[in-house]
Amino acid sequence: MRRKLVPYYLLSPGGLFLLVFFLIPLGIMVYTSLESGGLLSGGFRFSWAFENYTNVLGQYRVQFVRSLVYSIIVTVVALLLAYPMTYWIAFYGGKWKTSLLLLILVPFFVSFVIRTIQWKFILGDFGPILGPLKNIGLLPDSFRILATPFAVVAGITYNFLPFTALPLYVALERIDERLIEAAKDLYASRWEAFRRVVWPLSLPGVFAAFLLTFVPATGDYVNASLLGGPGTTMIGNIIQVKFLTELDYPEAAALSVILMVVMLLLATVYARILGTEDVQRAAGATA
Amino acid sequence: MSAVAAPARTPGELTPAPLNRPRRRWTRFILPMYTIAMIVYLASPIFVMILYSFNDVPLDRQNAHFWGFTTDWWKNILGIPGLGDAFKNSLRIAPISAAIATALGALFGLALGRYRFRGLRLVDFVIFLAIAVPEIVLGSSLLSMFVLAGVPLGLTTIILSHIGFSIAFVAVTVRARVQGLDRNLEDAAQDLFASPIAAFFKVTLPLIAPALLAGFLLAFVLSLDDFVITNFVAGPKTTFPLWVYGAQKIGFPPTVNVMGTILFTAGVMAAAVSVLAQRRRSSL
Repeated sequence: MRRKLVPYYLLSPGGLFLLVFFLIPLGIMVYTSLESGGLLSGGFRFSWAFENYTNVLGQYRVQFVRSLVYSIIVTVVALLLAYPMTYWIAFYGGKWKTSLLLLILVPFFVSFVIRTIQWKFILGDFGPILGPLKNIGLLPDSFRILATPFAVVAGITYNFLPFTALPLYVALERIDERLIEAAKDLYASRWEAFRRVVWPLSLPGVFAAFLLTFVPATGDYVNASLLGGPGTTMIGNIIQVKFLTELDYPEAAALSVILMVVMLLLATVYARILGTEDVQRAAGATA
Repeated sequence: MSAVAAPARTPGELTPAPLNRPRRRWTRFILPMYTIAMIVYLASPIFVMILYSFNDVPLDRQNAHFWGFTTDWWKNILGIPGLGDAFKNSLRIAPISAAIATALGALFGLALGRYRFRGLRLVDFVIFLAIAVPEIVLGSSLLSMFVLAGVPLGLTTIILSHIGFSIAFVAVTVRARVQGLDRNLEDAAQDLFASPIAAFFKVTLPLIAPALLAGFLLAFVLSLDDFVITNFVAGPKTTFPLWVYGAQKIGFPPTVNVMGTILFTAGVMAAAVSVLAQRRRSSL
């Protein structure tokens, strides 16, 4: 009988911690999002203020749509970039598999902010790419990459590429090579063997990659703030300014809750259909 | 996408089907060349960071022009007011949060990897959510709670938040290792009259030690690197990423590149140690 309780003993310290510092805060944010009032007019009070939601949805529709569009582009581009690379490493990496994977992950030991700032220098108006092209007259002096949607999307793609590559790699690596052999024995061409065997078997990885890239990319604001301009503001920028500068907690919380609900929906649908294992495996593969 | 299916296999790696002999065409170089190009692309900001830590800029402000080579920034690492403190804060927060997250996450991983119990799927889903949740949602919800509870923001709130987002990552790392373990080893120890607790410390713990190390390093890096969540819960305190973010609008000294390079080198070395530790374990 006591043995049955062992897993609960093991779970209780961490579980308690996650309850207090993960689940309860999410609930409190929902509570905050329904408050009204102002910091100067006597503080915020809970009042079922659903108008916070209609207000922010009306006022920031542009930023919501922009975040979703950027995030979809980022996810598709990151999948296209990462798939051939992880495919090659998983099937042809041989004894170098782990080392190659590590080489992909190593750049991400450098802080997110610092990495993004380096791109700001690389893509700068007279930086190492645009500078020479402008000097030889291929581009007009006024040509810019920074402050364009391209810079923001490229920055997010770069920063979230490991989240795309790892689940793909984990899925591809588990595919039994003998299945491809079998397909070829049955006169499948290389392309057919890929399309009918490898691709379907890698789909769980593709979906895990989609979830792990799309969801955080939608909420990102660092790239938009460092590489973007006034026309590339994302929903994350609004949340951050409202929370930390304007101290308009209820509306900021409402925006964040909307992001959370989108995330919960996607995550639940994903977990229902495909289970939670692939995402967890990918997260574990970093270590 | 057609390039994906193009590579030829090297003969001998698998027994080739008689009618599908690997053709030696130039297309077999496409994927390896592409992978190398991707690795270079992913590493390019790191090259720039290291190179520009030697940039002899005027006025202590880093910019895109390389003015000349100097080691001055390397000689005077703590010379910038504010930056040194932020760096020290980061180094103070990371080991504490990583240690606690490793302890809590390891117990979690053990429970998930070893036992079947009621509520397993729920716990599993919570871990999954904790990995998939956007940082901004987590950061803003933590801030909502601290504001509502009237908790003053500072190093403590940063450490608590960092533990919170690291536990899930440690848990899945340890769980993967526990599932790969041979349960018979522990049973054998108990057959030889070891108590369950002794069996755990003498058999299981040494076997999952590499996963604990990997989990600790992961939590350490996550903490050191974190900007978004820290930005929400830091209050008046700054950490290294926070300081850099704040300073970049007016320009920052190349010392930032120096510190980034040091952290990067330390991270690479730690990862190498961790990989070697796991190699040794798997060869046992």
